[in-house]
Amino acid sequence: MPDNSSGEFGPLSLHVPEPAVRPGGEPDFSNVNIPEAGSVRRPPVDANPEEIRDLAFSIIRVLNRDGEAVGPWAGELTDEQLVEGLRHMMTLRTFDARMQIAQRQGKTSFYMQHLGEEAVSCAFRKALSPGDMNFPTYRQAGLLIADDYPMVEMMCQIYSNEKDPLKGRQLPIMYSSKEHGFFSISGNLATQYIQAVGWAMASAIKNDTKIAAGWIGDGSTAESDFHAALVFASTYKAPVVLNIVNNQWAISTFQGIARGGAGTFAARGLGFGMPALRVDGNDYLAVFAVAKWAIERARRNLGPTVVEYVTYRAGAHSTSDDPSAYRPKTESDAWPLGDPVMRLKNHLIGRGVWSEERHTQAEAEILDTVITAQKEAESFGTLHAGGKPSARDMFEGVYEEMPPHLRRQRQQAGV
Amino acid sequence: MPRKTMIEAIRDAMDTMMERDDNVVVFGEDVGFFGGVFRCTHGLQAKYGKTRCFDAPISEGGIVGAAIGMAAYGLKPCVEIQFADYVYPAYDQIVSEAARLRYRSNGGFTCPIVIRMPAGGGIFGGQTHSQSPEALFTHVSGLKVVVPSNPHDAKGLLIASLEDPDPVIFLEPKRLYNGPFDGHHDRPVTPWSKHELGEVPDGHYTVPLGKAIKRREGKQLTVLAYGTMVYVAEAAAEENGIDAEIIDLRTLLPLDLETIVESVTKTGRCVIVHEATLTSGFGAELAALVQQHCFYNLEAPVARVTGWDTPYPHAQEWDYFPGPARVGRALLETLEG
Repeated sequence: MPDNSSGEFGPLSLHVPEPAVRPGGEPDFSNVNIPEAGSVRRPPVDANPEEIRDLAFSIIRVLNRDGEAVGPWAGELTDEQLVEGLRHMMTLRTFDARMQIAQRQGKTSFYMQHLGEEAVSCAFRKALSPGDMNFPTYRQAGLLIADDYPMVEMMCQIYSNEKDPLKGRQLPIMYSSKEHGFFSISGNLATQYIQAVGWAMASAIKNDTKIAAGWIGDGSTAESDFHAALVFASTYKAPVVLNIVNNQWAISTFQGIARGGAGTFAARGLGFGMPALRVDGNDYLAVFAVAKWAIERARRNLGPTVVEYVTYRAGAHSTSDDPSAYRPKTESDAWPLGDPVMRLKNHLIGRGVWSEERHTQAEAEILDTVITAQKEAESFGTLHAGGKPSARDMFEGVYEEMPPHLRRQRQQAGV
Repeated sequence: MPRKTMIEAIRDAMDTMMERDDNVVVFGEDVGFFGGVFRCTHGLQAKYGKTRCFDAPISEGGIVGAAIGMAAYGLKPCVEIQFADYVYPAYDQIVSEAARLRYRSNGGFTCPIVIRMPAGGGIFGGQTHSQSPEALFTHVSGLKVVVPSNPHDAKGLLIASLEDPDPVIFLEPKRLYNGPFDGHHDRPVTPWSKHELGEVPDGHYTVPLGKAIKRREGKQLTVLAYGTMVYVAEAAAEENGIDAEIIDLRTLLPLDLETIVESVTKTGRCVIVHEATLTSGFGAELAALVQQHCFYNLEAPVARVTGWDTPYPHAQEWDYFPGPARVGRALLETLEG
């Protein structure tokens, strides 16, 4: 038993952080400090990290409340590129909606959607060059959509059907495509972050020109792999962009549990002498501009950058949880950075290159494209019906050459 | 032929491969400028430059995680974990990542890395410098696990590991670095310069993974051993006048079952010896395989001589270590059984 009978300072107590509001309460984001769009300075790409420490505590924003692109980070993208970006985000959202329903229909076991976070991966992909490599988590499918990876293949993977490029070995949405610069998603958390740094180190060792991008969520920054990645990246000045997607929630755990006493996740980079930028993750233009800045820094051999995307997971973590059990149902509506699709749409309308009619038409076209892809994918089977990978595939690919013990087991299994 | 220590042979293997293949990179704690705490990488940085051989932060998870990323890029990383006892922070990267990358990506990404680590006791290293964690790796699909017992094999197996397309755990019995060790700790050390297996050919050669070798032909019983225990078994057999067939497994995964079954079918008796703890140790797998494949030829129960199921102690090192006396008793009992 503790002895608290004496002592100068009284008994100790444990601090367990709590989110501002729980279910039943009024959503409250008054603690999220949102600077005016266009108010955060844009340092040169070769800036001394020590001189831009303030960027780890602000939020770089381009689109203002009126949908105008303002400030020093604006003006990076043409109208055509912005329309394409909008279409990518809309495609991802529609794809998610269809796959979410397919999971509910029992066509697959599991799904994870991006609702509210579409801008982050869609815009980042467009700032990369061919040959660069992403080490993603499970919520960056925009990297594939924006790189024109075939949707049918994504769906075949989700359905684990006979055309699944991963032969039914991986959970739905754990895509892998070397050709599209998309490293195999693990499903374990944070492991890919240090691997991204290793890949970038290899590129530097070989005097290549390619760079890597690591991805992690707010919750997983607590893993030791995150810290190892920052140590290695800063020690070897690896050509890597270390992305932190802060969507406020790690399943049911609010980001304050992982963040500890630090003001922001980006600030983690400061202790390693790295530039660390925070950006409005629901602002396609801001995400692109910051990604471009960090990618150029890596490509010019100036070393790693930490980027925190401030966003909000509007949907559930996955098809296996109900967010109303741990946060107010209306919290998503109260999120102060709005919806990335609506914001870009309004911006384009303001620029006179988009309209409500074109948007409605695009929605219909995209839905049609997604449904066509879905029909094709389903013709190759779904998890419990139709064509599926063979049991023989289960034994293949553990090693390049199957060792004798696996051959015996395959024989025993009769496949 | 030149005679080398196991340290020199291991260094020679890395040197040979770094010379032949620009994609081979070597790193780990104290590995670069200093050349490793056991000196296995001594001189490699001076010869190949510090982007090919370099010091790493004290972060085993970081070392292996970075190596996996490098392998995904197309390099062939050979990393050193300073002691096998320190590998656990890297265990997730090894088990969940390196071992499964080929499988989960359907060959889109592969992981040809070698993770070297000194293992085993006999140097008064206490519980944090003496462990033999091989069974923690043989239980993992997708890894290969190698344990050399002499300089000749160490070089050939390490080259084969570096040429292998899949991840290899390379456990170096540290008590064998400077000479064979039969468990008689109170006797003078025999250097490798006085042992024929200290003969290490120059240049490139391989000892294939997955192939065991008979160190001693015999008729009375079969001993399955690897690493340091090969010499302990040899001493125990000789001191007790037993005509033992001693098999040095060399690779635990994939295992050379054929050689094991052929021998035990002939002798009808089998003693398994390892330094690692008993329960769920690799000996349990060997015993199960032997009874499955040689049941009708067995004249006696399969015996296991291993470290006790305790942490590796410091002062009681020689009470823990399965030395020639304990092995000898097991051989005699198995002959009587």
